[in-house]
This record gives sequence, structure tokens and C-alpha cells, in this order.
Amino acid sequence: MSANTWEAAELRSLAKELVARHPVDGDPLAFLRARFDAGLAWVHFPVGLGGLGAPRALQSAVDEELAAAGAPDNDPGRIGIGLGMAAPTILRHGTPAQQRRFLRPLWTGQEVWCQLFSEPGAGSDLAAVGTRAVRDGDAWVVSGQKVWTSLAHKARWAILLARTDPDAPKHQGMTYFVCDMTAPGVEVRPLRQITGEAEFNEVFLTDVRLPDDLRLGAPGEGWAVARTTLMNERVAIGGTPVPREGGPIEPLVRAWREWPEVRTAGLHDELMRLWVRAEAARLTGARLRQQLAAGEPGPEGSAVKLTHAMLTQRITGLELEVLGEAGLRHDDWTLRRPERTDVLDRAATHRYLRAKGNSIEGGTSEVLRGIIAERVLGLPAEPRTDTTVAWKDLPR
Amino acid sequence: MTAMPDLLYDESEEDLRASLRALLSDVDRWPAALARIDGGEPYDAKLWRVLAGEMGLAGLLVPEGHGGAGAGHRVAALVLEELGRAVAPVPYLGSAVVATTALLTCGATDLLRPLAEGDAVAALAVPFSRSPYDRALYDRVAERDGGLHGTITSVADALPADILLVPAADGLWAVDAEAPGVTRTPVVSLDATRQLCDITLAGASGQRIAGAETGRVAVRAALTTGAALLASEQLGVASWCLETTVAYVKERRQFGRPVGSFQAVKHRLADVWVDVTQARAVARYAAASAGEPGGEAEVAAALAQAHCAPVAVHAAEECVQLHGGIGFTWEYPAHLYLKRAKAAAIAFGTPDRHRAALGQLVDLPAA
Ligand SMILES: Cc1cc2nc3c(=O)[nH]c(=O)nc-3n(C[C@H](O)[C@H](O)[C@H](O)COP(=O)(O)OP(=O)(O)OC[C@H]3O[C@@H](n4cnc5c(N)ncnc54)[C@H](O)[C@@H]3O)c2cc1C
Repeated sequence: MSANTWEAAELRSLAKELVARHPVDGDPLAFLRARFDAGLAWVHFPVGLGGLGAPRALQSAVDEELAAAGAPDNDPGRIGIGLGMAAPTILRHGTPAQQRRFLRPLWTGQEVWCQLFSEPGAGSDLAAVGTRAVRDGDAWVVSGQKVWTSLAHKARWAILLARTDPDAPKHQGMTYFVCDMTAPGVEVRPLRQITGEAEFNEVFLTDVRLPDDLRLGAPGEGWAVARTTLMNERVAIGGTPVPREGGPIEPLVRAWREWPEVRTAGLHDELMRLWVRAEAARLTGARLRQQLAAGEPGPEGSAVKLTHAMLTQRITGLELEVLGEAGLRHDDWTLRRPERTDVLDRAATHRYLRAKGNSIEGGTSEVLRGIIAERVLGLPAEPRTDTTVAWKDLPR
Repeated sequence: MTAMPDLLYDESEEDLRASLRALLSDVDRWPAALARIDGGEPYDAKLWRVLAGEMGLAGLLVPEGHGGAGAGHRVAALVLEELGRAVAPVPYLGSAVVATTALLTCGATDLLRPLAEGDAVAALAVPFSRSPYDRALYDRVAERDGGLHGTITSVADALPADILLVPAADGLWAVDAEAPGVTRTPVVSLDATRQLCDITLAGASGQRIAGAETGRVAVRAALTTGAALLASEQLGVASWCLETTVAYVKERRQFGRPVGSFQAVKHRLADVWVDVTQARAVARYAAASAGEPGGEAEVAAALAQAHCAPVAVHAAEECVQLHGGIGFTWEYPAHLYLKRAKAAAIAFGTPDRHRAALGQLVDLPAA
């Protein structure tokens, strides 16, 4: 069956068959594996890799059907980096063996992934990474320090960007790896954040040996591979379908409806402005997903991520003002190691603070605006002097 | 139309600023502040002894005849500005400004003296979020059989207080914070450097220092003055955030150049500078007008909170953002400023309540 002949109804009936064969109240992992094997994990992926080569937009038909049947989900709040970033990168740049090894346990949530990109000296300018990977027979020896690494303490695997040729200009001397987080020399230390908890980490890599079959893409081609990850990261953040009043605005509208005593005309005006923007963002997201169903994510993903960060921050900020006295009270500052990154069950103050990360993680809003200006609007790039010089000669 | 008050700082204020800044620029301040938060001891008693006891700053609003310095609101505002710059965990706003104003308005001079001399700390027992315009302030506590009963939640600066000033239906009461029947329960607070607490009174005895009418006037005056002078604290928070961020983006390099060389960053910081410049004028005006007879003190206070509260929040949010990942960490102090700024925007009423009140005060009705 060719990709574009799939119909939503067919996928719905496949989902029904799956539920008939594998009761939803059995072992969740067994169900998720069966779902993967039936091609209903991500329907746009190839047959054998969790998909059916169907249009991406039809995924929602499957998701709806399975949710209605009460099927277990793969807990995307816990495995977001694997789903959103590692998987599309492995699909595009991985060998068939790598795809078979990694995608299934990634999707079922059996193996958690993290992203070893940022370094103390390389954040927005990711192409400046200095973590070294040196070839040694059929392996690579990796040393360096990564930082702000979300969920590294839970991760079995990481996507890793490292420098393999310091003599080349910075974009050309990098190679992309899958890092085994259990390998000797990988040390994960909690890094506490604004919310008091430690969702992210510092990761120290000391002579970590990675066999060559953990390399993703050709040596020196790491930047091209990383760009796939980054484009998908922007789509993954804020790119999932939500119902009206779903997502960040949900607790705010709930508070407004439940507590008439918090209402004032001034706050109402702001609430409705944000409601309109949230609905505009929701429809834009739906439209973008329809576009995506036809092809690869483009720079439009940046718009989704940018809007999501701005809206979440403004909504959570307003929520504290609406709550008034309750907005002054926090739930918990103690150092914790969260399993997941969703925040709906936490205090409004926690949501407000966590939202501050939305415009930093996965590329800052300033950098994304630059990308929109240059790649979408075609405006001239900022003058640069750092792209032609050998990486090792760059000023630091 | 009255003459425009002086909105500048005079020489003695600048001298005081210099000595405060020297005192507050202790290098171990951040680790100590974070350790205090984790240890559940948010207030810095040692710093308070220096400020209130040695420097005599708690009595700036109190006339000399009652043990104070009689220096006035502008100097007290300057102190708050510097305390804001350091997010200093001391009960200055609650005791030396809000409670002191309430006592002054009631004429409870015997209680003023220990506050002014730095021997005692007092707190007005109302939720920190209460605006001067709220009416429902007196229904929480009632006197029964010679004792006070009731619960007041989210009170600022009451944890280190010796005296609680408690509004009740029949007037304003002074209650010994350690007296039997008084319970203070710490609240996990957004602003961890100004921790709130809940107060329960179960038959606590107190001294009635004002009747119903005077009590109401005193509470409103206290909250209005608190709102007016909080603007200076917000100015201090915003100034620190701006200066620290400017210094950071000059040093931090990405793409082969300082991130402060990107126009996108420059323009945003230029906007913050414009905001802070305006906040300084507004905060100075509120300080100069505070305690003045007539409606202008109320106009100036409402204006100050409507303007300076969002400026401080914006400056702190930009500080976190422009520091990138570092700004999101616990070790770096930006979050203490963000939490202070956001909590202060809710304190004494949110900006929208002050805008609504202004509409009444300047005769621009909503409908
Ligand atoms: C909650 C959170 C989770 C994260 N999780 C991960 C993770 O799992 N894995 C990982 O690898 N990384 C992670 N990061 C790191 C994140 O990707 C970086 O923090 C981000 O890319 C910014 O880099 P930086 O912190 O070095 O800031 P910098 O690049 O130093 O930026 C500082 C400031 O300068 C601005 N700036 C920089 N360049 C420009 C420009 N060209 N134009 C205009 N402004 C500019 C930035 O926008 C920012 O405001 C996480 C960060 C956060 C906050």
C-alpha cells in the first residue's frame, strides 16, 4: 500500500484490532511493544520501525482510538527527548542496524534518552562544542563537559555532539554519536534550577569509549545531523495537538471559572487577550501539523516554539496575579529529581518559574527570531568571522 | 496644583547609599542566602541588628521625640532601594514602614519607640496581597471572652516579629507574638527571601491601640505607604537586574562575539533601561508624596505600584533570559530577584487593582 492511500478509517480499524488482540489492562510494556510492531507507534515511520509509511497527520486518528479504548500511553512527558529529537535523527541518519536497535525501546519508554549538546562555553552557538572524540581503532575516546542536560540521570542513551577535527572550521569538524550513559567515564551530577529541583545535570565525560557503531552519520558530518535534531526539537516543543483551553492556559481558565472572587475587569481583559492568542497558537499548530504531514519540518517549527514559550510565560505570570494571595505561596523548594517535565500537578508558582526555561531550552527565543528573520524572511545574516577559521584558533 | 517635589537624591542620601552598598556587597551573600532558604531560616538577624540597631534605620519615619530619626519617607525609600538591590532578607518594609505607619497613625507612641530603636520588630497582620482598597480586612479576627480569635494567612515579615498588629472589627490590636494562643506557621513562599507565615489566634490577649474607625484609617495608611515605598524596593531589584545583565552580556561570547553586541540583545536592554529610568522618577515621586495630606499620596502610591511592579518583573525576567542556562540555575542569584519581583507585584494589590483604584482617584471611571 503506498503512503498516500491510507485513510483514517483504516488506521482506526487497525487500532481496534490491536486492542482486540492485546487487552489494554495487561502489561503496559507488552502492549506498547505490540503497538510498535503493528506500525501504530508513529504511523509515518517506515514499516518495521514502528510505522506504516502513512501520512503523519493520521497519527491523531490512532491516538484518539487508543485513548478512547483506555490503552496505556508511552508517557511522552518522560521520554520527550527520545521521541522528539533522537528518533527523527536516527531515522534520517542512522544505519538500519541502529534503527532496529534503538527505535523500539525508545518509543516504548523502556529506554530514556537525553541530549548531550550544550557545554559551558557552547549554548546558542552549538557549533562551538569542545568535547573531544578521538579515533582509537574501532572505537572513539570522548572527553569533555556537558551542561544543562535534562534527565541525564534517567537516561540509558544520549545523543552527543563532539569535536573530531579541531583543525577544521567549527561547523566541519564535528561528529554525532549515540553515547552509552552506562559506559565507564560518564559521570552525571545534579544541577539545581530556579524551581529548586534538579531536572537537568552536568555531565562529565572522561575517556569514554564509544564503539564506532555508535556513530550517527559520517565523521565530520555532525553539524548536518545535529540540524535534523534541532529542527525536530523546535517542532517537538509545543507541537503536540491540544484541545481548546488545553495546555498552559488550562489551569488559568479553571481558576477563573472556579473562583469568582478573583475576577477583576483588568485581569479579565488580559485573560481574554491570552485566550485569543492561545487559540490562535492552537490553530496554527494544527495547520502546521497538516503541512508537516506532507513533508519534513521546515523553519516554521521555530514559530511554534517561540509562541509556546511566550504564551506559557505570560499565562503563568497572569495566573499568579489572578490567584493573588495563593500566588504568593509555593509548594516545595526542596532539591528533587523529577521523573518528568510536565507541571500541571504543581503549584502555579512552579509553573511560572519552570516556564522561564521555555525560552532558553532547545534554542533561545532570541536565536529563534534570528533564524526566522534569516531563513524565513531571507534577511541578511549578521556579519560573522567565526565560520572560516579553524576551530582551535577561535578566540575563547 | 501643588509644586513638583524634588525627585533627586541629596548628598546625605548618596552617602547613606554608599555605606549600605558596602555593607550589603558581602561576597558570601548568595551562598548564605541559599543556605538560609534550605535551612528554613530566611531572615538575616545579624544584618537586621546592624541596620536597625547600629545604623538606626528602622526609625527613619519616627519623629525624634519618639526615639526615631525623623528623616522621612524619601530616606526610608532609599534604604529600601538598596535592600531591594541585595534582595536582603530583613523585615524593613514590614516593620520600619508598614507597622510603623500604622502605629504612627494611631498615635501608639509607646510601641513605636522599641521599633525605632531597633529593639523590636512589628508586623501588620494582614495578607501580603491585600491592597489599601480592600474592605474585607477586619472580618478575620474577633474578640471573645477577653481573647482574640481568628486566622490570618500569608503575612509578610511576621516570622521575625515581636509584636503583631491585628485588625479586628472593633479596632486595631497589638499582640505579643510570643503570647499564649498565638501560633505562627511558616509558609513555603514564592519569595523565599521574604517568607510569609500564617497566624492563628486562639484566645490570645492583646492591647487595643485604636478603635474601629482609627484602626481602619491606620491600616489603610499603612498599606498605602507600604505600596508607595515598595516601589523603591522594586526599583532596586530592577536596577540590579539591569546592571548585572549588562555586565554579563559584555563578557559572554557566542558566535565569536559578545552576545551584548547583537542588536536584538541591545534593544531589549535599552528598553529595560528606559523602564528603570521611569521607575526611578515614579518611585521618588511616591516617596516624596507619602504621608502628605490630601489625595496625592494615594494617587502616587497607586501609580507607583501600577508602574514599578511590572518594571521590576520585566527586568528580572530579562535577567534570567539573557543569562541563558545560567540564569535558570539555583546557584546563580537571578531567581531570587525574579521571585522577589513577582511576589512584590502581588503585594499590596496587583497592578490591575492599582490601575482600577487610580481610575477612581483621578476621576476616570471604568464605565
Ligand atoms: C530547562 C533547560 C533544559 C535544557 N536541557 C538541555 C538538554 O537536555 N541538553 C542540552 O544539550 N542542553 C539543554 N539546555 C541548554 C540550552 O539549550 C541552552 O541553555 C541554550 O541553547 C542557550 O545557551 P546558553 O545557556 O549558553 O546561553 P547563551 O548562548 O550564552 O545566551 C545568552 C543570551 O544571549 C542571547 N544570544 C545568544 N546568541 C544570540 C544571537 N545570535 N542573537 C541574539 N541573542 C543571542 C541568548 O538568547 C541568551 O539570552 C537546557 C536549558 C534549559 C534552560
